[in-house]
Amino acid sequence: MNDEQQQAFEQCLYRFVGRQVCARTAAKDAVNEAMIRHWAETVGDANPAYTDAQWAARSARGRIIAPPAMMYSWNQEGFPVVAQGRAPDAQTELVDLFNENGFTGVLGTNVKQEYYKEIGLGERVHLEMVIDNISEQKATARGIGYFFETLASFSDQHGDLIGTQRFRVLKFIPPETAAAADGGGAEQDTLQTPTRIAAPRGHDNSWWWEACDQGQVLIQRCRNCQTLRHPPRPMCGECQSLDWDSIESCLEGELLSFTELHHPRIPGYPLPLICGVIRLREGVNLVANIVGAEEQALAIGMRVQGKVEQVDEKTMLPQFYPAENGVEK
Amino acid sequence: MTDYRTLAFEEVEVGDKLPSLEIEITTGLIVSTALATRDFEPVHHDKAVAQATGLPDVFMNILTSQSFMTRFVTDWSGPEAVVKSVDIRLGAPNVPGMVMTVTGRVQAKDDDAGEVEVAVAGENNIWGMHMEGCVRLQLPGS
Repeated sequence: MNDEQQQAFEQCLYRFVGRQVCARTAAKDAVNEAMIRHWAETVGDANPAYTDAQWAARSARGRIIAPPAMMYSWNQEGFPVVAQGRAPDAQTELVDLFNENGFTGVLGTNVKQEYYKEIGLGERVHLEMVIDNISEQKATARGIGYFFETLASFSDQHGDLIGTQRFRVLKFIPPETAAAADGGGAEQDTLQTPTRIAAPRGHDNSWWWEACDQGQVLIQRCRNCQTLRHPPRPMCGECQSLDWDSIESCLEGELLSFTELHHPRIPGYPLPLICGVIRLREGVNLVANIVGAEEQALAIGMRVQGKVEQVDEKTMLPQFYPAENGVEK
Repeated sequence: MTDYRTLAFEEVEVGDKLPSLEIEITTGLIVSTALATRDFEPVHHDKAVAQATGLPDVFMNILTSQSFMTRFVTDWSGPEAVVKSVDIRLGAPNVPGMVMTVTGRVQAKDDDAGEVEVAVAGENNIWGMHMEGCVRLQLPGS
């Protein structure tokens, strides 16, 4: 989309601001015990204010109230949406306009409900909704797009305001993904458990990771002066020789330093996540996770024993345990 | 009749932690809660439609996330508390096979209004943050 096209598109777009999505409409059903009970059962909410008439009669309110989170439910259109599709309104028109211009991605980002008045059995919720605002074009993590916000107002049978809901939606141009290319990812049938981020493997270090995949931790050794080095690199720091071989570590060592990562939580990494620097008995340092102990139980200088373990579907890693835990080698 | 207790405004301190809640996400839960909130959008009950959007399975609707957020807070406060607002930032979807852990902490108190503000987060064990936000509650005085 060039500047001119964007201008033309935005001119159409911003005309939607302030347009009514629906005029004040009464819910098909008044607030009733049966719908509240279904909600309370499925959500597992045992609050007697919603379902226990005896308790409610003696409470400060003196009556059963509708769960506030059900405010929007009373006016939902229900099953006909599936059977016939949504009737056109300003919001569906707005979505169509976005889709025609390539902003086909959709993501609900925020929803805020405010409640001004509790309502009881027999009362009837009325809903009206407008398109309240549309943002300028934004570059988001999902792609280029626009946020739009609908404002729903809920009132009772007397016209008194019960509450409001602001719903913010991002419409964006989705990046071309592999999933889109193979037909929308429909063949992905099972929940993919995220794995750890794979270590980059290059010319100078892939041999080390390949050994790790086989359950070994190797330490690089200069063939000229016998100095050990880690992490892997092409040249000896002592004698500048490019000639090297390796020895296998016994994975016994001493904890030089450690830290626990609390934030951010990264999918695929179990908590607690403790990273340590281990001085191996062979004399080089290795960074690895410390497992099998709480952070409080660790101390600088303590002896640790490592083991190469499969930590997820794709990853083998050396992990270290406090030595007294008696890990089998 | 069970005896329910409601926290008094004076009993609550900023920094108080709420008991955490674990919710096992199953197909039954997703479909049942969607229908109980009268949300018949096919992505919440029809796996093939959900998969066409690029997700592995049906996913929880927003009204249910709002419902769990208020339930979590009123489980702690007791039934005489009045919910004033629920403000949520939405994250990764909840799909069957996940477990969502909801945690919360009192982050502010408004003495004039008798209201407390509770920061709530729901994280699932596979994709992380599902919902994050705050719930405002009015508590009775002691």
